[in-house]
Amino acid sequence: MAIFLTKDSKVLVQGMTGSEGTKHTRRMLASGTNIVGGVNPRKAGQKVDFDGTEVPVFGSVAEGMAATGADVTVIFVPPKFSKDAVVEAIDAQIGLAVVITEGIPVHDTAAFWSYAGSKGNKTRIIGPNCPGLITPGQSNAGIIPADIAKPGRIGLVSKSGTLTYQMMYELRDIGFSSAVGIGGDPIIGTTHIDALAAFEADPDTDVIVMIGEIGGDAEERAAEFIKANVSKPVVGYVAGFTAPEGKTMGHAGAIVSGSAGTAAAKQEALEAAGVKVGKTPSEAARLVRAVLGGTHGGEEAGALSTAAPTAP
Amino acid sequence: MDLHEYEAKQLFGEYGVPLVEGEIADTPEQARLAAGRIGHRVVVKAQVKTGGRGKAGGVKVAEGPEDARARAEQILGMDIKGHTVHRVLVEEASEIAEEYYFSFLLDRANRNFLSICSKEGGMEIEEVAVTNPDAVVRTPVGPEGVDQAAALEICRAAGLPEEVRDCAAQVITRLWAVAAGEDATLVEVNPLVRTADGRIVALDGKVTLDESAGFRHPERVPFTNGSDVDDRERRAKEKGLNYVKLDGEVGIIGNGAGLVMSTLDVVAYAGEEHGGVKPANFLDIGGGASAEVMADGLEIILGDPAVKSVFVNVFGGITACDAVANGIVQALELLEGRGDDSGSSGTGKPLVVRLDGNNAELGRQILDERAHPAVRRVDTMDGAAARAAELAALG
Repeated sequence: MAIFLTKDSKVLVQGMTGSEGTKHTRRMLASGTNIVGGVNPRKAGQKVDFDGTEVPVFGSVAEGMAATGADVTVIFVPPKFSKDAVVEAIDAQIGLAVVITEGIPVHDTAAFWSYAGSKGNKTRIIGPNCPGLITPGQSNAGIIPADIAKPGRIGLVSKSGTLTYQMMYELRDIGFSSAVGIGGDPIIGTTHIDALAAFEADPDTDVIVMIGEIGGDAEERAAEFIKANVSKPVVGYVAGFTAPEGKTMGHAGAIVSGSAGTAAAKQEALEAAGVKVGKTPSEAARLVRAVLGGTHGGEEAGALSTAAPTAP
Repeated sequence: MDLHEYEAKQLFGEYGVPLVEGEIADTPEQARLAAGRIGHRVVVKAQVKTGGRGKAGGVKVAEGPEDARARAEQILGMDIKGHTVHRVLVEEASEIAEEYYFSFLLDRANRNFLSICSKEGGMEIEEVAVTNPDAVVRTPVGPEGVDQAAALEICRAAGLPEEVRDCAAQVITRLWAVAAGEDATLVEVNPLVRTADGRIVALDGKVTLDESAGFRHPERVPFTNGSDVDDRERRAKEKGLNYVKLDGEVGIIGNGAGLVMSTLDVVAYAGEEHGGVKPANFLDIGGGASAEVMADGLEIILGDPAVKSVFVNVFGGITACDAVANGIVQALELLEGRGDDSGSSGTGKPLVVRLDGNNAELGRQILDERAHPAVRRVDTMDGAAARAAELAALG
């Protein structure tokens, strides 16, 4: 099952002919993703060869959907043109738009988010400034390395790209149903709560790992949601406990100003909702093993993890 | 990017937001001359990017030019919450009848912009929000923006006096024009005042611009070259590095903002066991981690005299660890080449390297084979953090 993305997903790539788009389309194809086309109005009708796989280029998302039945688009379009690209995806009513692009002006994100609402929210938006999502062994929409972890029964939702990879790596022997990088920008489409709700409903997910970071109150709101709606065990990790106030740490979202939004406040809220929160990524991984108990638990599984082979 | 008050007011002026007359001054003498030109009682205000300047003594009324000079002399060079005052704003003093609060800001939870208006301005709005929540009116901004009718509705809801509403609403539409036109994520006026003669004036101004929208506003580049940016931070920015100076001893380099933030935490925890050493910086070199970028990052960090050891924490996602390992060794050689003989390049400082993920084994093998005397390989994040903290404590 997994969430948002399965082996049946048919994926378009907006910006496929750009350098990032080309690089990651090749990687997505290599990991088994069913890429059905690229979108670029200036190159419509052409075909691009990826190590023997010919991928057609369409003039618009709507054309690509009509020709292929695509239901997912991954967007690598540069920041200047991202808003138009997302609006195009919304107009075409594609089911899922994954916006990888980093550095989109927040007024533009606010504009396309509000546009999606005005069109009835028929398109789920993930990102922007995110690594995308992967359902190991089935499909990969974005830039998460496909070979970090095998398929399994952990669901992962994270604001941060590299922490997503780190956590998947720590738990690679157990494996993941889906891992969703929702992005670190101040305004994002799919939230922790959306992913938590989807994992709760997913029969293939037994435990949920949620990674947050300082800034905003998304984790606090997620904690309230967990308390009321999530019966599956949730393990959390929050980055930025020692970050000083008033400094932006890379992600636009990761800024602390005043007491709200601190890692300590987030941890407290999550623990009050019954979430076990690790102090470090490794500790969070140990908590997941403990939660899964018998089958994967304890020191033995920990030892197994360190002995597990590195990704090829 | 947060702007200084005088920069925010420059934008306000361009958009027709009413202000009092004012001039900036970098010396007491300039303040005296400015006060003479303004020709009334003036207020001398420290220009620092932090709140609470009034309480810290950074805002003083002056009776005439000589007094303005004396006040400026007191304020310039003052330290306000770690920010040194390099510049003051000399402004005409206002006869204030009432103080309101107004702001436009990003509302993450609702994923749009929000206006906040209160007739109880002038003090900490957070405090008003707690003690008298009804006095703080929050109104979401729709995709159509804020026109006069919407602004009037905000004024009415906030209970601003009937006779100032038209005028205040017009100011609000102009503040929205600043937010939308300049890609601001915060436009705040506290206080927005009614003067004794019935005018509405922005007495203070706080603006945060969205750096991602810089490509739309090349004319605002001077704002980014402010005088109070840490020198190392400025040099890092010139090299396209995401660097924040902190006050500890363990230099940190990693790839990805979340991982680096996490690294700061792990080092701080480890530091508790080793004399309380702390991270010296945040530095995210991004996905690429090429030798050149690694060299630039290492140069900035090793050149920081506060740094006693460095923790390089890389998870090879798309980047392969063997490339990173080569990058580190080449970077050290590059730096040894760049540095003078006095050792100021800092290449003698110990470097703890943790590589995991894509091609980690190959990367570790390269580090072992090259056996650079400064490099110590530790293969877990927690273990490497402990080693780096220990070395910093010894150093």
